[in-house]
Amino acid sequence: MTGKDLPALNIADLQSLLRHREVSPREVLDVLQARIESVDGKIDAYLSIDFEAAAKEAEKANVDLPLGGVPIAIKDIISVSGESCTCASKILRGYLAPYDATVIRKLRAAGAIPFGKTNMDEFAMGSSTENSGVKLTRNPWDLSRVPGGSSGGSAAAVAADEAFGGLGTETGGSIRQPAALSGVVGLKPSYGRVSRFGVVAFASSLDQVGTLTKTVRDSAMIMNAIAGHDPQETTSLNEPVPDYTEELGKDLRGARLGLAKEYMIEGIDPQVKTAIDAAVKHMDSLGAEIIDVSLPHTDYAIAVYYILATAEASANLARFDGVRYGHRAEHPRDLLDHYGRTREEGFGPEVKRRIILGTYVLSSGYYDAYYLRAQKVRELIRQDFAKAFEKVDALISPTSPVPAFKLGERTDDPLQMYLADIFTSPANLAGICGISVPCGFADVDGHRLPIGLQLLGKALDEARILQIAHAYEQSTDWHKARSPIAATLPNA
Amino acid sequence: MLKPSDLDVAYVAKLARLNLTDAETELFQRQLGDVLKYADKLRAVDVSHVEAAAHTIPIFNVFREDERRDWLTAEQALSNAPRQANGLFIVTKVVE
Repeated sequence: MTGKDLPALNIADLQSLLRHREVSPREVLDVLQARIESVDGKIDAYLSIDFEAAAKEAEKANVDLPLGGVPIAIKDIISVSGESCTCASKILRGYLAPYDATVIRKLRAAGAIPFGKTNMDEFAMGSSTENSGVKLTRNPWDLSRVPGGSSGGSAAAVAADEAFGGLGTETGGSIRQPAALSGVVGLKPSYGRVSRFGVVAFASSLDQVGTLTKTVRDSAMIMNAIAGHDPQETTSLNEPVPDYTEELGKDLRGARLGLAKEYMIEGIDPQVKTAIDAAVKHMDSLGAEIIDVSLPHTDYAIAVYYILATAEASANLARFDGVRYGHRAEHPRDLLDHYGRTREEGFGPEVKRRIILGTYVLSSGYYDAYYLRAQKVRELIRQDFAKAFEKVDALISPTSPVPAFKLGERTDDPLQMYLADIFTSPANLAGICGISVPCGFADVDGHRLPIGLQLLGKALDEARILQIAHAYEQSTDWHKARSPIAATLPNA
Repeated sequence: MLKPSDLDVAYVAKLARLNLTDAETELFQRQLGDVLKYADKLRAVDVSHVEAAAHTIPIFNVFREDERRDWLTAEQALSNAPRQANGLFIVTKVVE
């Protein structure tokens, strides 16, 4: 196929070409592979790619299926049978997943081809992908900046046109925040909407799989494939799944959008604030009703999040003991030495920090003061949202208070890094859904840095926030902007 | 809530079966002290009438029929083991 810049296509347009036999799945893979080879040396979004396995699937792909023949990049925390799954951690170096995660099985059933495992903060702990135990990923809009995290590899790959779309995971904003910083669409579904079976656990009461895509429609298309009940996952909700593309195209008239006064915090970058204000005004002009609401316990969310998430992580990561899989220390003196050194050698600094904090807040004498109290404040945060959603269909805020920051800028101060999750982690605590869509740019040091608009919806109301996000997106040109590294490539 | 200075990183690291260097212990002591100081704000919340939320959705026990189904073979289950022999994981000696 010639005359078209294939990697620049979104999933919907690519699938249309595939379905009409204007391009074959194998040709798509070849072009994508060439794109990755030409740009990933600069971005470092991918940790591993099994081209041969994907090529085999491409040969038998059914292009008449909804995602037929579409390659999808997969965060390296999700099991793809026979492929490396390291969570960007030394402790899982060489680990090959023995089975497909449910989301992968479902993607395949919809015709998609899992293609490439993407970089991330180690075990999804971080907001910049700098905690990867393997390598740094760079922001396609400014290579001296972070792509966000923890799903930074998937976000950067989509932004650099070296993936058509990707899967990520969230515990406190790890899809929406990198989507905002990298200028793509990121959807975190409600807790229980998408199966986590086969996804390495970080904080089990918060974790959720979601999408990173070029458009809202693409997100809806992937959700159609991956959402729904999984008998193999006990927290998977047995609720009907709508066709997420069905409501797309409806306009904003009558949509009730909430602005929470607690989100008007100091510390929001002025250019971010300007962009969000403009987006709100724009939606107002398109017929949405803007309503002031209150989420009184917002200020406690980060503290609650870091107590609960680290507590759960310390328990989940106990499985890395150097026996069944992963790194194992050489010549241990005894069992304690075996455990202690295996984990010392295998885990990176942020993972260690969180294991210590999580173990502490669960330890005897501190459990009530920290963990139990945090669970109770979590319930208050959930109630805040429940009350707000009595009045509105969705809440609007910035996704991140700042655009992409410089590599290394925040690594010395974990607390400052944690505060990057201020607008995103409450949704995980409350189990609701959220999406980030591009809504403008900040001009910083001669670079255009993407800004993300966040829409939060009540639990299982993904169709509604996708519809609102789509109406906004289609009435603006932000999603058409391409990162410099993608735009400078020749139209092959 | 107890004072953040109660955190003894070296002791907690033993509980977590995680060896730390002296430099790491010192660094985490300071950094996590900051985080716990920040978390102190939760003391201000009245939670006397609130039920703890372990999950935000109703979670029930999930049962299935106790019947045979295909899953990993022993060989597959052992395929990532750092040490194995005779179809078994090799563990570090526990008894003298």
